[in-house]
Amino acid sequence: MKIRIKFTKSGPLKFVGHLDVMRYFQKAFRRAELDVEYSQGFSPHQLMSFAAPLGVGLTSDGEYLDVSMNTCDAPEIMIPRINAVMSEYIRVVGFKVLPDNSKNAMSIVAGADYLVSVKDGYDFMDKSVFEQKFTDFYNQENIIITKKTKKSENDVNIKSMIYHISFDREKFQENMGTPLTARIKDSVADTYANETKVYIRLAAGSVNNLKPELVMEAFCRYAGAEFEKFAYQVHRLEIYADLGDGINRKLIPLEHADSFAKVY
Amino acid sequence: MKKLALSDEILLTIEKPARYVGNEINMVKKDLDKIEIRFCMCFPDVYEIGMSHLGIQILYDMFNRREDTYCERVYSPWVDLDKILREKNIPLFALESQDPIKDFDFLGVTLQYEMCYTNILQILDLSHIPVLARNRTENDPIVIGGGPCVYNPEPIADFFDFFYIGEGETVYDQVLDAYKENKNKGGSRRDYLEMLARIEGLYVPSFYEVEYKEDNTIKAFYKNNGQAKDKIRKQVEMNLSDTFYPKKPLLPYIKAIQDRVVLEIQRGCIRGCRFCQAGMIYRPVRERDLAFLKDYACQMLKATGHEEISLSSLSSSDYSALQELVYYLIEKFSSKGVNISLPSLRIDAFALDVMSKVQDVRKSSLTFAPEAGSQRLRDVINKGLTQESILTGARDAFNSGWNRVKLYFMLGLPTEMEEDIEGIAVLSDKIAREYYAIPKIKRNGKVSIVTSTSYFVPKPFTPFQWARMDTPEEYIEKQRFLRGKINDQLNRKSIKYNWHEAEVSILEGVFARGDRRLGKVIYDAYKAGCLFDSWSEYFKYEAWMKAFKDNGIDIAFYTSRERDEEEILPWDFIDAGVTKEFLWREYNKGIQGKVTPNCKMACADCGAKVFNCGICYVKKGQEVTS
Repeated sequence: MKIRIKFTKSGPLKFVGHLDVMRYFQKAFRRAELDVEYSQGFSPHQLMSFAAPLGVGLTSDGEYLDVSMNTCDAPEIMIPRINAVMSEYIRVVGFKVLPDNSKNAMSIVAGADYLVSVKDGYDFMDKSVFEQKFTDFYNQENIIITKKTKKSENDVNIKSMIYHISFDREKFQENMGTPLTARIKDSVADTYANETKVYIRLAAGSVNNLKPELVMEAFCRYAGAEFEKFAYQVHRLEIYADLGDGINRKLIPLEHADSFAKVY
Repeated sequence: MKKLALSDEILLTIEKPARYVGNEINMVKKDLDKIEIRFCMCFPDVYEIGMSHLGIQILYDMFNRREDTYCERVYSPWVDLDKILREKNIPLFALESQDPIKDFDFLGVTLQYEMCYTNILQILDLSHIPVLARNRTENDPIVIGGGPCVYNPEPIADFFDFFYIGEGETVYDQVLDAYKENKNKGGSRRDYLEMLARIEGLYVPSFYEVEYKEDNTIKAFYKNNGQAKDKIRKQVEMNLSDTFYPKKPLLPYIKAIQDRVVLEIQRGCIRGCRFCQAGMIYRPVRERDLAFLKDYACQMLKATGHEEISLSSLSSSDYSALQELVYYLIEKFSSKGVNISLPSLRIDAFALDVMSKVQDVRKSSLTFAPEAGSQRLRDVINKGLTQESILTGARDAFNSGWNRVKLYFMLGLPTEMEEDIEGIAVLSDKIAREYYAIPKIKRNGKVSIVTSTSYFVPKPFTPFQWARMDTPEEYIEKQRFLRGKINDQLNRKSIKYNWHEAEVSILEGVFARGDRRLGKVIYDAYKAGCLFDSWSEYFKYEAWMKAFKDNGIDIAFYTSRERDEEEILPWDFIDAGVTKEFLWREYNKGIQGKVTPNCKMACADCGAKVFNCGICYVKKGQEVTS
């Protein structure tokens, strides 16, 4: 059966890269003695896939992986059992059995929420000035950035890939119609004394993918400030699937997007 | 969360930042307020290598069982971080607490190979601890050396406060208790070193002096402190089934070289190969109980989640309950996807059965280490492996589907002649012929034979400790000769020849049998930028040669010179159990091509019996095939 696991990543483990996190979970599942399904053949491996790789340096409240298991118990039993053998900086917060016909997480990713905080020592503008300028930046009709590939440079309008911004988590979730969970206080995101931060919802996945770092770079250019790449702590809050009708977006957190059938 | 020693900016700029943030699974956490002794254990190479080392894991577990002690770890910062630490003057820190090492009570460095010596100086230098022991103050940590290289610690004697000679399981409690005692009574660093000098197995180099003759050999080695011992007896753990072993080994996030559970099934080796230092210094052979090993295998796999377990020993086939252990592990774990690896396994029917069960035959290769190309020379080195047993093993394996063979040899062994070298090419070819002798329908494509030669380096406490090492010119000439002979063989296209570069082996040869005068060379080479010498991309041969020249030291004195029986060797003050008489006897038997039976067949009276344990007290004359 397919299981979707939601986990957080924080603290010093933000320096552990995606491939190592995959290896980490394989070993953690073995320590927890989960009845994971293995591939056939001489070097069997666990049938596991991740929704969206998290870059080195980023923290998260909402990472997802799908894993196939032969048997399992209820989430109330499984979550503590896995967490008992986990690092304190990578914790399982969700465990859900999916219907057999569910698509895997990676294929349905459509959006993600981020909290971008200015690190202390890098606060280049006042919190209120930042918020005003960021709002102006977001309200532009077009936001053009230059995407560099190995071969060429392309101008891309990212305006349509920024779904929403806010400077307050509660408002952010309210405006988006996302249920307000208790998770705000449970967030593993680091906090900074300067309190300059922005919540943003961006397109993610294989069709359109926008990195928050690119948004900050574009903002700095707009605000006439120099872009310092170490100035921001990016924290992923949630990853979404689009359960909309193809015209209107309806972003649902991956843990609730279990049976993914488009309704037209 | 405890603040990291390095800023995000630094960690996001360097390669593999996870090397420096600690917090691995099974890392020990302690309340620093309840700790009396802070010990930092160091493996002077990069994290992925250091984390693979079993000895550190044993000691880490052992120290941390003491409530008054917190043992942490440090590894060599890679060159990118090294540069940053120097530029920003950031002191090197331990992974657990992220605190500077200079604030610790002890820094214990494991010395696994000679080519890590400059890395030790890097650790001291970056920690802001005086590199020379004599410049350290009451506030600096006590710097300890341990591991196989301490069987000749003289080249690095200047950098250490003391060396622990032998196995770590025995007297460390005394070391730490004495430290507390000395601290409580307000004793000085020197008082403490004097206390240590009275403990068996500990060598305080500053309590000894060396005088040299005009020909540069040692005239006298004597004590300058009444507390020091004449001879330092190596430490041996007598009961390996009732001692420290980690049930919860540390598990790194980034992939270590050894990404598996390592289970040491026995210590020592019965074989007595005359070139092999490990075979001599770990005597006597001691096995761990089968029940102990089964229990630890289960617990360690459970605590780590590793997909592989490796049975470690110098010669696995000689472990008396090997079959039972291996079949137990296969039965219990292979359904759970756990792979079992058995390095140093002699190829026979049992080995092939096990390998076919735990490995993919198409992907794995057979390994033989004949070490020498002719039976005559194999007798000289006392390597009890015959051509017939190699060919039989290969034939059986080929019939079972294998088609890849790795062969390991040495060039430059004592008494070596052209026929012996040619024998390497001939043996490689014969193995290929075995393959093509089986019916085509049973073959699995082409055969691949990889023949490798290393450059023989004589080591202390081996029968060849008196022997001459080839000059690089001689060695390279032999390589060329062998390459020619391989190209003369019928199956030359199936044989790939690999060889070691000469430069690193030459330095290894100097330090293996060097004396205290080399300390300056090592320090000068370090100052000239030598670091990570075992990494070919960072090895600076010219800088090393200049350091030797500047100090007026002739490499050939240490390498290409045969010693005579009377010469005082720099490591003579160590009592490793095996006696100098035994080693000399073996040297002479070797030169004459006479073999010595292994420890299970007959006692060779090597001297290791003084340790009152192991094979020395098992009935002899058991049937053992070679």
